[in-house]
Amino acid sequence: MIVGTQKPLEEIWDMIKGFRKVLVLGCNTCVAICHAGGGKEAEILASLLRMKASLSGVETTVRHAAIERQCESEFFEPVMDEVRASDVVLSLACGVGVNFLADRAGDVPAFPGIDTEFFGAVEKAGIFKELCAGCGGCILHLTGGICPVARCSKSIMNGPCGGTSDGKCEISRDVDCAWYLIVDRMKKLGTLEKLFEIQPPKDWSTGLYGGPRKVVLEHITAPEPPEKGKESQGGM
Amino acid sequence: MKSGSNLEKVLEGGHFAVTAEVGPPKGTSASVVQKKGDILKSCCDALNVTDNQTAIVRMSSLSGCVILKGMGLDPVMQMVVRDRNRIAIQSDILGAVALGIRNVLCLSGDHQKFGNHPTAKNVYDIDSIQLVKTLKTMRDEKKFLCGENISGEVPLFIGAVENPFADPFEFRVIRLGKKVQAGADFIQTQAVYDVDKFAGWMKMVRDRGLDKQVHILAGVIPIKSVGMARYMRDNVSGVSVPDEIVTRLEDAKDVREEGVKITLEIIDRLKDIDGIHGVHVMAVAWEDIVPVIAERAGLLPRPIL
Repeated sequence: MIVGTQKPLEEIWDMIKGFRKVLVLGCNTCVAICHAGGGKEAEILASLLRMKASLSGVETTVRHAAIERQCESEFFEPVMDEVRASDVVLSLACGVGVNFLADRAGDVPAFPGIDTEFFGAVEKAGIFKELCAGCGGCILHLTGGICPVARCSKSIMNGPCGGTSDGKCEISRDVDCAWYLIVDRMKKLGTLEKLFEIQPPKDWSTGLYGGPRKVVLEHITAPEPPEKGKESQGGM
Repeated sequence: MKSGSNLEKVLEGGHFAVTAEVGPPKGTSASVVQKKGDILKSCCDALNVTDNQTAIVRMSSLSGCVILKGMGLDPVMQMVVRDRNRIAIQSDILGAVALGIRNVLCLSGDHQKFGNHPTAKNVYDIDSIQLVKTLKTMRDEKKFLCGENISGEVPLFIGAVENPFADPFEFRVIRLGKKVQAGADFIQTQAVYDVDKFAGWMKMVRDRGLDKQVHILAGVIPIKSVGMARYMRDNVSGVSVPDEIVTRLEDAKDVREEGVKITLEIIDRLKDIDGIHGVHVMAVAWEDIVPVIAERAGLLPRPIL
């Protein structure tokens, strides 16, 4: 899932205080799981903003709504009238949702109410951990299912570096050394010798550094001509 | 000869090498580098110039190396992969060779979190082992990483580092093997205080025959104060300072003299370990102790060739 954390109220207020009609739009998938941007959080944030407006003596209407996913067109239909009637939409979705909303919100600005942090998992209630960097060219089969790109502070392919101590990373005693985990796991799997080979430099062009990425499923997009009026789903 | 550097000649000639470290200034003064070079030139065979060590911005290693080279010394250009991608790395190597630099030491580099620009973006396009291999390919095949040809020779003596005290202990020697396989000609280790543990590591190195394939220089950091000893014991990841050393310094009347004595004892024991071909003395902000240590350890005259 995509993990996000809500921005501080003051920062949000600074963004929206000049607008009279504000819509706080939650997203009920990933960011709802991490208690940052679901419908419930949208409702709470809307009330906080109403209080803030009232305390600041600013006349502002703050409404709230939420949709299942802000990364798929079909879910926007029920709220589009509300979006168009607003002066600003504060999206509590991840950055994908904010971008996607901005693409369809016409002249209504779409602002971010959360900071999108990473791709991660729920380690335990209230703790979310980064586990994937979304960089393409996955090599998890060579590293015991533990990602050195996302989980090593230096994203090195032939670790561990000299900074590991007691299984922890040099950057913090709270951060596990990914390569320590990899060595340990490969030993358990009986495949340690896979780590004896020198991994070549990674092709980063499939990651953030190769320019904006797009996945096109030709078996879905190619055979039929696009339906009239249907919005493009590319460009994520 | 791969590079013809003084360090290569010393090591290939079977001599016990002494190298030391020059930290460039947080400024533009060449004389800071020259002064350190002057202090160290009569007690070392080659001088490492650090590359923005602990991620603190300093004069570039290449510039420091050129200054030392101008004094007739043999510099070792340290290069971390933290701050440069494969394009910048290969470009800097071409420039370094053009300017007469012959030794390059490949490192990961301390994470930028420790430095004076902790919000910087790091690079880590390639890792230190891939850097070693890149330099070997540039030297031996005269090819860039992409496979295109390089015009001219790339005579380099390629170094790497290893920290025998980092975890997991039994994997460190495997990783050293990867560095040797990648093309390392010499290794400079993290500072040794726990000589027994280091000797155990060296046995694993010998068992794999790695000591016959690469020159290993053991790292030594003279300790100047009790505070420094405690700091290194408690805060420097991957450095193992036994409590006994800290206690000796705490109890000493003359802490600096005790620090020197401890260093001499360590060097003495290191010299006796099979497969150790030299020592690398990292006297950070205490360069003038290096000639004293070299003299008292019986390592003079230098350079040995």
